[in-house]
Amino acid sequence: MKKRDPDLLLAHAPLLRQGMTTPSVMRDVLIALAPATAASMWFFGLSAILVLGACIGGAVAAEWLFADKQARGDSLRDASGILTGLLLGLTLPPGLPLWMAFLGGFVGIALGKVIWGGLGHNLFNPALLGRAFLLATFPIAMTTWVPAVGDGGFLQIYPGNLALPFMQAQVDAMSAATPLGLMKFEQEVTPLANLMFGKTTGSLGETSGLLLLLGGVYLWLRRDLDWRIPVSILLTVVVFSAVLGLFDAERFPTPLFSVFSGGLLLGAIYMATDPVTSPVTPKGTWIFGIGTGVLVMLIRVFGGLPEGVMYAILLMNAATPLIDRYTQPRVFGRGGDTK
Amino acid sequence: MKKNESYEEFIKGVWRDNPVFAQVLGMCPMLAVTNSAINAVAMGMATFFVLVGSSFLVSSFRNWIPKQVRISCFIIIIATFVTIADYTLLALVPKVHKELGAFIPLIVANCLILGRQEAFASRYPTRLAVMDAIGMAVGFLIALLSLGAVREILGDGALFGVKLFSVNFEPWVIMILPPGGFLTLGVILLFFNWFKFKKDEFLDDVAEAERRGS
Amino acid sequence: MTTDTNKQAAPPSSMRLVLTLAIAGLISGIAIIGIYESTLPTITANKARELREAVFKVLPGVTRMQALVNRNGELVAVEAPDKDEPVIYGGYDETREFVGYAMPAAGPGFQDTIAILYGYKPDEKLVVGMEVLESRETPGLGDKIYKDAVWVAGFNALSVEPEIVAVKKGTKRSPNEIDAITGATISSKAVVRIINEAHTAWSSNLPPPGSEPTIQETETANTEAGQ
Repeated sequence: MKKRDPDLLLAHAPLLRQGMTTPSVMRDVLIALAPATAASMWFFGLSAILVLGACIGGAVAAEWLFADKQARGDSLRDASGILTGLLLGLTLPPGLPLWMAFLGGFVGIALGKVIWGGLGHNLFNPALLGRAFLLATFPIAMTTWVPAVGDGGFLQIYPGNLALPFMQAQVDAMSAATPLGLMKFEQEVTPLANLMFGKTTGSLGETSGLLLLLGGVYLWLRRDLDWRIPVSILLTVVVFSAVLGLFDAERFPTPLFSVFSGGLLLGAIYMATDPVTSPVTPKGTWIFGIGTGVLVMLIRVFGGLPEGVMYAILLMNAATPLIDRYTQPRVFGRGGDTK
Repeated sequence: MKKNESYEEFIKGVWRDNPVFAQVLGMCPMLAVTNSAINAVAMGMATFFVLVGSSFLVSSFRNWIPKQVRISCFIIIIATFVTIADYTLLALVPKVHKELGAFIPLIVANCLILGRQEAFASRYPTRLAVMDAIGMAVGFLIALLSLGAVREILGDGALFGVKLFSVNFEPWVIMILPPGGFLTLGVILLFFNWFKFKKDEFLDDVAEAERRGS
Repeated sequence: MTTDTNKQAAPPSSMRLVLTLAIAGLISGIAIIGIYESTLPTITANKARELREAVFKVLPGVTRMQALVNRNGELVAVEAPDKDEPVIYGGYDETREFVGYAMPAAGPGFQDTIAILYGYKPDEKLVVGMEVLESRETPGLGDKIYKDAVWVAGFNALSVEPEIVAVKKGTKRSPNEIDAITGATISSKAVVRIINEAHTAWSSNLPPPGSEPTIQETETANTEAGQ
């Protein structure tokens, strides 16, 4: 998503060379997310389509409602609202009531983007802000995970999805814990192969690690992505859990488990790299990535919650202006060590 | 004439110069104790009592209080009323007092109250000062109540403890937590300003039309 | 009425300033003492009633109570315990027979200190009731430790041997296990831990079953015994 010429440092957009525009980048990201989205439909059936659709609907509704009358078409055409909705949807549990998914998309755009002045002015990633709102508002529904259908029960809809607006989801008898939850509360390790191919419990888009990586590689080849951010986040997580493993291999997760479980890949590749809410200088992106990785592991291992990717990225979003200010490249011919 | 004057002082606090929506004063109790309508009303009544009582005394004694020590005198008067309110609530409604906790003593620090003494009560005759205090306190109570009602309805599916929806209602937990206060207040302020903006626009249009017509 | 007078045109003497403040302080002090004195009886009565209701709630069948403190290794009844002295309450039934102890306990919850009172029958080594006195747990989640009737009822007969364990909902097997609240695991475990810690702290100080202090007749114990 982030475009940077390696030989020339520019601290600001517009970087409009090679015909790269906001809509084209957004389109690339949507293409990159296609495999993971398809996988979510494979594993969670019709429910996935419904939840993703509700999120996108909420996001687009907010864009349309709050846009200037003249600019209504523009803000819809660049597909950023659709992308926000899709990203949000991929982080939600498959059995979430649809009205909550719609509300999350709406709030994500309204409080995460429009209120700051629109695309490019927001401090926080809108999709994650929407998710944070949902998690704080409906903590039980947001942590009720259902197992993947897996064997092609495509037409199945989780009963939770169909709760009436403002009403609770029926308590789902077949709720299950995520790999991270199992690890934290039951000391149970999920086999790595399941984590990689997605046959496990979790949010719609986070389960199939390999497909997420595939999309990331595509974005990197298209040069839409600043590789430093995902690489630094993942490296930090690997190093952190390897060091913890030295102390007590039984209690702490292995590096591979840390990388492939939970929403780490989804967050690191598609959300932390949001060009608006991450630093612009190379040094800044390293600091941003390392900070995110450390926060993820601190929350997962020592915090009260099993998963910490969302809060880690949001916290580092908040630190981004500060990082940018302290990593400004020196203007040629000015400053320096000489006194 | 005189009647109009009093009414003017009263109504400005309720709407035009509303302490919360227009002046953005007293944010601490506004955000902290509005997680249910009953708490909001208790806080609003306590503030009403303190504000009206203090304004009455300050205005009555305004010619005797030397201006060098006026702030200290105001604070003594306010603190006395707050203490009275604190003990009265503790004796009469211990449950509500427990919910409001430290925020009753903190009424002393509510800038709305000291602000009215300094800006109004110490300069105007008692009748107007009391009307002004009543207007401001009612405006504050309305603001507290509107916030408290929204937060209780969404956060608990109830109003004044009466359940409004069926048992299946999904509470919006965030609304009872502190972030809900900020969110609700922000949205209400947004609407208040949007309304004001639209009204000014309308008045401008009317003025424009009149100018052309004449 | 004039809106403003020029009485204070000349700077007043400092004597006048001091005097004004002194008089204001004096009047204020008198007012505060007055309100304190007139509300104190109601406030103390409210507190005592609240405590008694809580004790009667966690110890079913109890109609009389007295405060007990540990002095020189012995459990003795006192009228008014010293400040900061750990105190438990002995509950007695109509026939002045000892029923059980109501033990106040507190400890860290998810957000802030949780203060609870639990009823304990030493002869059966059973917890027979639990009431949350104070908590700031998350509304909608952690506050179920006092709003969830099923969870609270779980403390009506809970063995403390070897210690209470909170288990996942629906998996209670033995008498010392209690079903934790779904979505409020941390708060549930906190309550259980608070009881376990209080029990460990007090168990060595309790007299053997059968030799508990007998009730000293006090009028407060009788007045509301019927309720």
